[in-house]
Amino acid sequence: MASETAEAPLEEISTGVPLVQLKNVGKYYGHITALQGINLKVGKGEVTCVLGDNGAGKSTLIKIISGRHTHDEGELLVDGKEVHLSSPREALEHGIATVYQDLAVVPLMPVWRNFFLGSEQTEGVWPVRKLRVNEMRETAREELHKMGIDLPDLDAPIGSLSGGQRQCVAIARAVYFGARVLILDEPTAALGVKQSGVVLRYISAAAQSGLGVIFITHNPHHAYMVGDHFVLLNRGLMTLDCKYDDITLDQLTSEMAGGDELETLQHELKKR
Amino acid sequence: MTQAPATAPAAPPDERVHRASALQRLMSRPELGSLVGAIAIYIFFFVVADSFRSTAALSTILYVTSTIGIMAVGVALLMIGGEFDLSAGVAVTTSALTASLLSYQLSTNVWVGILVALVVSLSIGFANGWLVMKTGIPSFLVTLGSFLMLQGLNLAVTKLLTGQVASQNISNMDGFALAEAIFASEFSVGGMTIRITVIYWLLFVAIATWILLRTKVGNWIYAVGGDKESARAVGVPVAATKIGLFMGVGFLAWFSGMHLLFRFNTVQSGEGVGNEFIFIIAAVIGGCLLTGGYGTAIGAAIGALIYGMTNQGIIYAGWNPDWVKFFLGVMLLLATVTNMWVRNRASKR
Repeated sequence: MASETAEAPLEEISTGVPLVQLKNVGKYYGHITALQGINLKVGKGEVTCVLGDNGAGKSTLIKIISGRHTHDEGELLVDGKEVHLSSPREALEHGIATVYQDLAVVPLMPVWRNFFLGSEQTEGVWPVRKLRVNEMRETAREELHKMGIDLPDLDAPIGSLSGGQRQCVAIARAVYFGARVLILDEPTAALGVKQSGVVLRYISAAAQSGLGVIFITHNPHHAYMVGDHFVLLNRGLMTLDCKYDDITLDQLTSEMAGGDELETLQHELKKR
Repeated sequence: MTQAPATAPAAPPDERVHRASALQRLMSRPELGSLVGAIAIYIFFFVVADSFRSTAALSTILYVTSTIGIMAVGVALLMIGGEFDLSAGVAVTTSALTASLLSYQLSTNVWVGILVALVVSLSIGFANGWLVMKTGIPSFLVTLGSFLMLQGLNLAVTKLLTGQVASQNISNMDGFALAEAIFASEFSVGGMTIRITVIYWLLFVAIATWILLRTKVGNWIYAVGGDKESARAVGVPVAATKIGLFMGVGFLAWFSGMHLLFRFNTVQSGEGVGNEFIFIIAAVIGGCLLTGGYGTAIGAAIGALIYGMTNQGIIYAGWNPDWVKFFLGVMLLLATVTNMWVRNRASKR
């Protein structure tokens, strides 16, 4: 199963239909409204940025699209068809892959084992079915090379890589295993400027190769560099929904920071 | 130890790291520290105790090692998978008692008892694993519970059925000869007596090593022990893997129990208490990380060998056997510190 996903064709989707679309989606935890009236879509080769401060509902949104939680109202469409995703595996089967903030890597395990974790390639019949160690190591090397990461030792524990490299390994893994839609949960949050650059460049490259990317971040600068659409969440509601051409970085930043609130803050801080 | 260049305060700004040297990679092997320790202990007793040098002594050491080592394989795999099994010691006795009492009470062929014991042992493993996964209670507590329960059951049921604290001798029952040949025979190689458990021990270590390094399940074992949530997120069946590991311990407990039964024909119902820690100690001395995700079956085998050598070496040296536990404690601390040091050093590169 794992082996044929590598060359998952991207042509099958007609360009008009978004890969993933949310219509009026809402989610409630008990009597707490986590999300309400969310409309969002991502098409082939597009980067949709979801911005929001802490507690805005970004995580809930990811969980819905990635199949960890189901939505309570509205519609979730994949390739134009309504779906209810009940597990991350189901989302993966639809080609929706999520790269979480914590990356879902096992720090003490070698890079190549992490790359294939959960989708290992094997050969032989059951009692002696073994891993194709050399093939997997080579494939991991090639895939990482493609995105400009040249690791001297793929047997090194992934925990010994830098944050940006780990992020890229996680993204490369998702792409290799047939992702059509990538959900990136704050991929640049814990990274330095240079490392963030590496990741952003890769996001852009992934979109250019035909993937749809949902990029969750609280950094408007990063979002503006790669985004085609911008959706701003605030306390579970959508407060902004626009295209790249309709907004400037300054506007985005000030919207993100709550507009007037930021000005007030600026005044306050300048006084000192 | 070698003077590897420990001075790299001004690391080059380039994030590319140099390829680790062969020595560094050797140093990062989890079982290295224990191997050095095993050699040191061997030399120590070789010098101190004359009788330690005989082939008879070697034969005994290997036998003691194998009885601990077989269980240590399962316990090490479980520990790599991030869990403990404190019931592993008494579970061996439970298995032996089940086979013995059942065969005797029903006057059947001993193989009926052997098969029922296998089912019971696997069920205990499954129950441990299932409870840990279902409740989320740490395995330390769950298996502490099953440890106490089994300990009580072993004694109570044996007394109930036999009126004494040991099971009846079953050596003249149907099927005993075959079972004895399989589980408790011995043979001679070049004047040295080898108990068959030594062969099984090496076999289980080899199988476990192959599973860990060359199969999908092995990958999963490291993953569920290293980071359970990450493993789950990429589709690793966490619960099945962990329950499987508990059942693996169950299987080996059955195997050890059968050896115990067919070696001595009768089983003391209070036996096995305290052995669970020796299995864990063997695994830890062998480089398994207590928190999971790191270690090898070969390391656990070396850990068991260290136990076997210490245990017998002290007797051969004519010292009071009370010192065994003391030495074991020292070994454990030394091994833990060495492992930590080696690992830190290896990950720094």
